[in-house]
Amino acid sequence: MNIDLASDLASDLAPDLVRTFPFPFPQDIYRYSTNVERAGAAVETPAGQWGESVVHIDSEYAHELGERQAILGRDPSRMQVLPHMRASAWDAMLTIMQALALAHPEQMVLEREGEGETFLWTNRLLGIEQRFSYGDEDTLPDEPLTFIGAQVQEDIALLDQREGQLFVDAGLVTFAADWSFGFDVGMSFLEIHGPVPRVHQTGVIARAQKFLMRLQADAPHRRTNWSLTVGRRLDVSTETYPEWGPDRTRILTVDDDAFGAEVHLRVEVQHLVRLPESGSVMFLIRTYLLPLEAIAGIEPWRARLHAVLAELPEDMADYKGFIAYRDRAVQWLSARAPQEG
Amino acid sequence: MLQLVVTEITEASPQVRTLTLARPDRASLPSFTPGSHLVLECGPSVNAYSLLGDSRMPSAYTISVLKLGAGRGGSRWLHERSPGDMVTVRPPRSMFPPMQKARKHLLIAGGIGVTPILSHLRAAARWGHQTEVLYSHRPGHGTHLDELRQLAPESLRCFTRRSEFHAALQESLGRQPIGTHLYCCGPESFMDTVCRSAEEFGWPEGRIHTERFGADALDPGAPFEVVLRDSQRTVTVEPGRSLLEVLEETGISVPNLCRQGFCGECRIPVTAGTPLHRDHYLEDQEKAADDSLMCCVSRAQTDSLEVPL
Ligand code: FES
Repeated sequence: MNIDLASDLASDLAPDLVRTFPFPFPQDIYRYSTNVERAGAAVETPAGQWGESVVHIDSEYAHELGERQAILGRDPSRMQVLPHMRASAWDAMLTIMQALALAHPEQMVLEREGEGETFLWTNRLLGIEQRFSYGDEDTLPDEPLTFIGAQVQEDIALLDQREGQLFVDAGLVTFAADWSFGFDVGMSFLEIHGPVPRVHQTGVIARAQKFLMRLQADAPHRRTNWSLTVGRRLDVSTETYPEWGPDRTRILTVDDDAFGAEVHLRVEVQHLVRLPESGSVMFLIRTYLLPLEAIAGIEPWRARLHAVLAELPEDMADYKGFIAYRDRAVQWLSARAPQEG
Repeated sequence: MLQLVVTEITEASPQVRTLTLARPDRASLPSFTPGSHLVLECGPSVNAYSLLGDSRMPSAYTISVLKLGAGRGGSRWLHERSPGDMVTVRPPRSMFPPMQKARKHLLIAGGIGVTPILSHLRAAARWGHQTEVLYSHRPGHGTHLDELRQLAPESLRCFTRRSEFHAALQESLGRQPIGTHLYCCGPESFMDTVCRSAEEFGWPEGRIHTERFGADALDPGAPFEVVLRDSQRTVTVEPGRSLLEVLEETGISVPNLCRQGFCGECRIPVTAGTPLHRDHYLEDQEKAADDSLMCCVSRAQTDSLEVPL
């Protein structure tokens, strides 16, 4: 398929954001499911492809890392490591470094010095060269999760497995969609998913937890999740609701062009990784945003999103936070359908 | 699958050999959780052995193999290897990890069951966790005693007489601080005794961990036939293969995601025969109806099944 992206896109949207966008709908109908699959295989889309690596750097790298630092500066509770998770934080750091080096060998290098505990980490994109001794916090400028969290666009959550359950006991989460890491830390996986309509009845969460508890270190998996959101704001956590909540109704008052530019399909790609040494489960949550006007530039995406939104049950649209402008989005997408003949 | 070369063999005790396995190019191997085991294809059988050595980006894996008279001959096959031989190995599996939140780790080993305890002790030393070790073995048959003494100089106690071990076990179980986790590995009867004693002392189940090999991987199962009604063909699903794989080979594609019985994608109807459900997706009533199955993990209770494919 030959698509002329330039014609329809907002001028400030880098082309790779469309090319690597993880469009999440395999069908015209969306329901919650344990939609996990093995990580690492690239998925072809009408615009390009995504998914070949566990971590992904794109043209928003510098911008999103800056955003993360600003959020952490305002609200340090977004990064927490409960005391028993110290080994997991180190494990996460080393695992992410290995993943970065694998995905971007030109820019990212992890070298081990001999058989010992000393490693040299190089991140050429940020001009970082750091020698550290594994397990020794004094050899890093920051706590390990903070250090590596400043070098990936992914949010990181670390789950401890004990007594037949998973607990979110550490993480660095600045781009949460309508939840609060600072509030949820220490809770069980089941508790965190408490308020989602439909998912408990269908057993999805219990199955997901069972799945995660059997996850093995050599087999990372991934899943997607999605919503609609107004603007390119990544931090739509519960704490900042007063800042972004009103957008949900304001958006009804703007004209069509502004609507297509402002309303975004927000997709999370979650990589689920069993950390090899600590045995913790790591969620890497990468958030992608694409405005409706860019989606409308790829006809199969426009048609599919239109179908999914039009069919989506009320309670799900409500939970996902866009019930107020769902119908408007459906109309907007429908009006962009190619003319017959 | 990893193809590893045997780089070293040492005698750990009269009947136990320790094998060191490395990549032919000596590149580092995947890290593993302490207490993990390695599954090796050993000639006539597939056996699991606990990993003894360093768990982070190791340059080699080490296992200790007790020569067993009975069994399918896997341990004998391994005892016949010499340096330079190649072995096919599946990546490490973790079923016996140290609990990160434990206040103290009480490690109890019987005989060759000492092997996973070694990697637990290495991790505990690295992160400064408190441990206590009881090791019961036959006289003259203690393995890895030097390493144990190095890793747990303060707390290791070895026993060669059953009665002494039992007395020490009772004493130890009775005095541990709340929040201690117990890890036990050894022969089945040994583990049963330790677990029973712990329960008698009121240890909650969640604080007692045992290493029982093979519990994670699904049983390879018995062969069964599947009549593909619409394509008018019959296929056989051999042990260790899934119906999903066999269907794919036959050119029938079935939607699937997880291939582990969780996601629900690969459900197919069944028109005759009784499935052996092994998935985590179907509800109990759905399983009882026996009119569909998840073809990535489930098998047959009857010799054959019929599916409308
Ligand atoms: S592929 Fe997921 S249940 Fe079979």
